Amino acid sequence: MPLKAVILIGGPQKGTRFRPLSFEVPKPLFPVAGVPMVQHHIEACAKVPGLKEILLMGFYQPHEALSRFLAAAQQEFKIPIRYLQEYAALGTAGGIYHFRDQILAGGADAFFVLNADVCSEFPLQEMLDFQQQHGDTDSFVILGTTVQHYVEKPSTFVSEIINCGIYLFTPAIFQHIGEVFQRNQQELALEENSNGWQRAEVIRLEQDVFTALAGSGKLYVYKTDGFWSQIKSAGSAIYASRLYLNQYSQSHPERLAQNKPGGPIIRGNVYIHPTASVDSTAVLGPNVSIGEGVTVGAGVRIRESIILHGASLHDHTCVLNTIVGWDSTIGRWARVEGTPSDPNPNDPYAKIDSETLFRDGRLTPSITILGCSVTIPAEVVILNSIVLPHKELSRSYKNQIILSALKPCVLPRVHHASLPTRHCIRDSPSIPYHPSWMDLQQILAPSLVHSFASSAVVLGED
Amino acid sequence: MRALILVGGFGTRLRPLTLSRPKPLVEFCNKALLLHQLEALRQAGVSHVVLAVSYMSEALEAAMREQEQRLGIRISLSHEKEPLGTAGPLALARDLLAEGGEPFFVLNSDVICEFPFAALAQFHQRHGGEGSIVVTRVEEPAKYGVVVSEPDSGRICRFVEKPRVFVSNKINAGLYIFSPGILQRIQLRPTSIEKEIFPAMAQDGQLYAMELQGFWMDIGQPKDFLTGMCMYLQALRAQHPEKLHSGPGVVGNVLVDPSAKIGANCVIGPNVTIGAGVVVEDGVRIKRCTVLQGARIRSHSWLESCIVGWSCSVGQWVRMENVTVLGEDVIVNDELYLNGANVLPHKSIAESVPEPRIIM
Repeated sequence: MPLKAVILIGGPQKGTRFRPLSFEVPKPLFPVAGVPMVQHHIEACAKVPGLKEILLMGFYQPHEALSRFLAAAQQEFKIPIRYLQEYAALGTAGGIYHFRDQILAGGADAFFVLNADVCSEFPLQEMLDFQQQHGDTDSFVILGTTVQHYVEKPSTFVSEIINCGIYLFTPAIFQHIGEVFQRNQQELALEENSNGWQRAEVIRLEQDVFTALAGSGKLYVYKTDGFWSQIKSAGSAIYASRLYLNQYSQSHPERLAQNKPGGPIIRGNVYIHPTASVDSTAVLGPNVSIGEGVTVGAGVRIRESIILHGASLHDHTCVLNTIVGWDSTIGRWARVEGTPSDPNPNDPYAKIDSETLFRDGRLTPSITILGCSVTIPAEVVILNSIVLPHKELSRSYKNQIILSALKPCVLPRVHHASLPTRHCIRDSPSIPYHPSWMDLQQILAPSLVHSFASSAVVLGED
Repeated sequence: MRALILVGGFGTRLRPLTLSRPKPLVEFCNKALLLHQLEALRQAGVSHVVLAVSYMSEALEAAMREQEQRLGIRISLSHEKEPLGTAGPLALARDLLAEGGEPFFVLNSDVICEFPFAALAQFHQRHGGEGSIVVTRVEEPAKYGVVVSEPDSGRICRFVEKPRVFVSNKINAGLYIFSPGILQRIQLRPTSIEKEIFPAMAQDGQLYAMELQGFWMDIGQPKDFLTGMCMYLQALRAQHPEKLHSGPGVVGNVLVDPSAKIGANCVIGPNVTIGAGVVVEDGVRIKRCTVLQGARIRSHSWLESCIVGWSCSVGQWVRMENVTVLGEDVIVNDELYLNGANVLPHKSIAESVPEPRIIM
């Protein structure tokens, strides 16, 4: 039975929480456990017999890195892979609706839809079997996983099944999406002041389509016990790496570094790119990914971190809960450390990923991120901080965002009521749109010239 | 000649170190603080020293028995049952002090400097007054007892303890010499020499000031202990450079006990003191620290402005800074960050301390 897979990769406006890392590379290509985020999806799809084609769908402009990746992936996995570019952000259902002909071309009986920013075991075959088993060939399957949330009042644990962002649809889904589209058009026609933000074509799967389907007997949930996590912020990339690295012991043991004479000391699961150069006295892991061409000096300790390609860690440095950006340098004896923010859906006490970046005017402790080409001098400590690209630091920093050389500027107080409502790009209705995060987005958008009075943000220094 | 050293109380400001030892026995630059003073007194001809103590006197007593023989100096303990302040102890030890009929030295046990006892004795004899105190110039006199004196004779006109307005930047350095007559002024009760006795003597024109040459520090609290260490090592560089350590990876003034071991690829200094039996493993960076006897610093750690207590074990890849003080026998686990942590003895630290606090 011909199958297809659609991977929703979003676009540049999405993934602002992945800054500053997303300045350099589209989020779907960010390396998780040593390979681009979306390659895990592709590998899983390529393993399903009868899967004929993979379609990546998003609203990124044509991008050299993306094209190169797709070409290489096609070669490696021997399956056609194409990128379909949405002309605007159309929401999680709007995109597949717009490209329905492409998806169904070649007579596809069913197709998977996967969000690029989830990390999963991808039990695709099991979802297929599940759909066949209960007989209704026109039903749709949502992959679900059980989580426990701690609720304060009354003090108890509540079990809940959440939507993993991985679906199995049949062509009939388009009929239902189409109905939503019609309704949208009618509503828009009735409305007098369309402010330009709303489009009939922006359709969200969860809010618009599934809610309509809920009572219809067509929507099923396949519960999985396999690992799953969202990758929304940089911190969750480290957590996702851990999950995938763990999976490698079965799926790709050759990707895990082993202890051997002359090599570094490996603890737990570690990925080291073949071109990386790691001193034999370094101690790596658990949960470490070392990228292409990275240099790790003598006596270096790395734990729960991702070191992106070209970075250089000098002797005796200690890197914990950190993402070290491409071509960055960390001087001798420096300590670069973050605070883990594991979005573990099954840990009742873990913080959910949607937390605000600031609390009471101070930066919430989170993992440390060094953007591209950052230089950390010797012997300093960088703790719970985010350093934007091309910044050369000259001292220690804690709990701060260090912008690159921007002139100090003036930020007007933003009144949240006046913010335009955006029909975006929110996968899950449960994530509130926090005003304070909006402030930060404005700061990180380089085109804006505004200033920020908070001590948590350090503007261009020296 | 005789001397009285005001050892006094609990040494609370130098906790947690003083929870394990009486303050005079804490090693400053690899020598018990008291020994710095005793040796200087011995050199100036003092044959009998009285220690005025109120806390841990047994520990002190035992240590002093050992030193008596070695130094060739007699050491007595004057034990205060209740705290007598800074003058009261003189009354308590009255008999011992007045016995010889000669002037006697009195000093605060917290003071470190290039002790000028011989010069002080001469100065005192020349002016014939009742008392002479050593003064030194500091940047922030408001924390101390401030002295206003005549420039030629050195006679003190005014003595003001912790003045709120600027009076002078010459302060009481905590080293005195008195003629036995002063004992008339002091009764056996809690008395402050700075607030009660000195102002009266100054008024009577009986108090004179001799200015100190060289460095001075009250090392009663950890950050001053480290500052004093830097000053002492600098003076050592000038006078006895052969006592300082040199070699690959040594920067600036570093004092290392011969029994200590330092590993490969370390960079030690400037301003570091490494005590007896200390082990510093490979790839360690230490700046501006005192590491006390028997401690172990494991590989790749980075320490700046710290005091590491006796027999501590600091793990691998640990970063400690900002006047972190580890009491005796503290264990710091690998890969932690301690910023201004004050850790009580026998504690195990398993979590970082990113902001200064006390760990009990």
